[in-house]
Amino acid sequence: MSTSTDTRTIRRSTGLNPSDRAVTVSAHAVLLLWAVLVIFPLLWTLMSSFKTNTQIFASPFQLPATPALENYAYAWTEAGIGLYFFNTVYVVGFALFFVMLFGAMCAYVLARYDLPDSRVGHSIMRGIYYLMLAGLMIPVFLAIVPLFKQLQNVGLLNTKEGLIVTYVSFALPFTVFFLYAFFRSLPDEIGEAAQIDGANAWVTFFRIYLPMAKPGLATVAIMNFLGLWNQFLLPVALNTNRDNYVLSQGLAAFSVSAGYDVNFGAQFAAFVITVTPVLVVYVIFQRQLQGSVSQGTLK
Amino acid sequence: MTASAYAPPRAMPVPQKRRRRAPGIDLITLFAVFLVLPLALYVTFVVWPLVQAVGYSFTDWGGFSPTMNFVGLRNYQQILTDPTFLIAIRNNTVLAAVLPIVIIVFALALATLVTVGGASHGQTKGLGGAGFYRVISFFPYTIPAVAAGLMFTLAMDPNSGILNGVLTRLGFKQFTSFPWLGDVRTAMPTMMFVVIWSLVGFYMVLFIAAIKGIPAETFEAARIDGAGRFRTAVSITLPLVRENVQTAYIYLGIMAIDMYVYAQMLFPFGGPENSTLVMSQQLLTTALSQSRFGMACAMGVVMGLMTMVFAALVFAVNWLTGGRDRVTMG
Repeated sequence: MSTSTDTRTIRRSTGLNPSDRAVTVSAHAVLLLWAVLVIFPLLWTLMSSFKTNTQIFASPFQLPATPALENYAYAWTEAGIGLYFFNTVYVVGFALFFVMLFGAMCAYVLARYDLPDSRVGHSIMRGIYYLMLAGLMIPVFLAIVPLFKQLQNVGLLNTKEGLIVTYVSFALPFTVFFLYAFFRSLPDEIGEAAQIDGANAWVTFFRIYLPMAKPGLATVAIMNFLGLWNQFLLPVALNTNRDNYVLSQGLAAFSVSAGYDVNFGAQFAAFVITVTPVLVVYVIFQRQLQGSVSQGTLK
Repeated sequence: MTASAYAPPRAMPVPQKRRRRAPGIDLITLFAVFLVLPLALYVTFVVWPLVQAVGYSFTDWGGFSPTMNFVGLRNYQQILTDPTFLIAIRNNTVLAAVLPIVIIVFALALATLVTVGGASHGQTKGLGGAGFYRVISFFPYTIPAVAAGLMFTLAMDPNSGILNGVLTRLGFKQFTSFPWLGDVRTAMPTMMFVVIWSLVGFYMVLFIAAIKGIPAETFEAARIDGAGRFRTAVSITLPLVRENVQTAYIYLGIMAIDMYVYAQMLFPFGGPENSTLVMSQQLLTTALSQSRFGMACAMGVVMGLMTMVFAALVFAVNWLTGGRDRVTMG
């Protein structure tokens, strides 16, 4: 995919003609306007998170004289954002690990094996693949009520572990779908060579194909991280115990239940605490993500 | 990547696996663990609840009672004559009609600007600083919808929000203390704006990747044939990213028929005169506050059916407007 850009190295000496320049300048103008529209509310929120309530009401423009760090302290402790932060790390951490493991395993078998010598076996494998695919298209809402009951039956309702199990199950279709295409694209010969050298099926997966799938795994992991960290509906319906809240829930509860004594500064601070880890992860890994986003949704 | 890469139920050729030996114990255990374990999880927590939901939608199940009665289509009859739920259906329909098209047009326009700027002769280079725009544009997608909702609630606060601050400073005095979220005329557009702000960047990045997948020679050839930039965008780029647009359209449709997070964050009580109430909010209220699980399941089925109708419409429109003549790149 990148070859088409890499080969664009020939440069004519004539440079831009006036009409090109006009197009380029207006393109930059539109895109800059868009960039400002994206960045400006974020910067304003960051600035406001250092203002006291009085300053916030005085003027939306005024810079804080001294940064009101107590907003962060209040959000972290009083509003429980600190607790929710660690809950989220726990839930998303385990869910991400398991969905990547299970997803890779399932995709690998579906992509590289067939049930032995029969048309039925082949149909079963295709059937499983399409069953997974169907999960991508169906709104989560349809399943939410019985899911509530299901978790209650196994004693996982309102627990962090219950959330982990649900997150893994619902992130599985996307993960399998994406990694399936990836495992298919890997060559057969290497696995065969390993088997001739005496590696069994497990070793072949963990030592040969899993490491080869690293670029695909990284992309899916980032997409899953964003999706799970930002998940809201599942915890709202399945995790109503305040001690087990995740960040998105905590943030919502904080903004709704603040009542008449609203601490706006702390709300801004809670926003910054929630958003910063995701933004940092994105900025670090964005190179990994560029270009491969489309593969995930198209193959 | 080819433009026809997205193909729903289409059998792919499965290469014949060469297997000379009978499956060993390692292979049997591998199948048992690798396939059965994830599948068991998926079936238990995704597939089975979906099937159950359809079944429960024909009962009067209250959630806590172990017994339930079969009531046929009564739940459907009730929700489809309930004025509040009808308002929610209408709102979701409006959202599904407006949001996907607006987001895709914006995303395609921005993606085109990023990729077709630069010189109109020689190789296609794209705009300088494209990476910067791409990274910035993706920012909103990384922000949880809950957080985006909170941010805009604060930014659109009638008195202390930055929006009215900027507008009044620019001289639009009528916006002094204007309640963007409290006025029936602006509530829905405001919610749409927040969604557009959150999602345009993601689809823009997606389309940039698709456009970059088109070989540079294709653009080169169009240019030699005398096509201008606009003509190139409409006659070359658009047909070649058609399948990507279709996929994006369906994802956005699913989102617009859900909308729970945005609606709940901006308007937890349905907005002024229920102007932003969506089906998902009604569903959760019915299930969790009123304990009418059977009816909530029926609402879920209605949402599922709407999603399917939407997807079918998108496929049909794509087909009728020429998508059947697959444009592929050799």
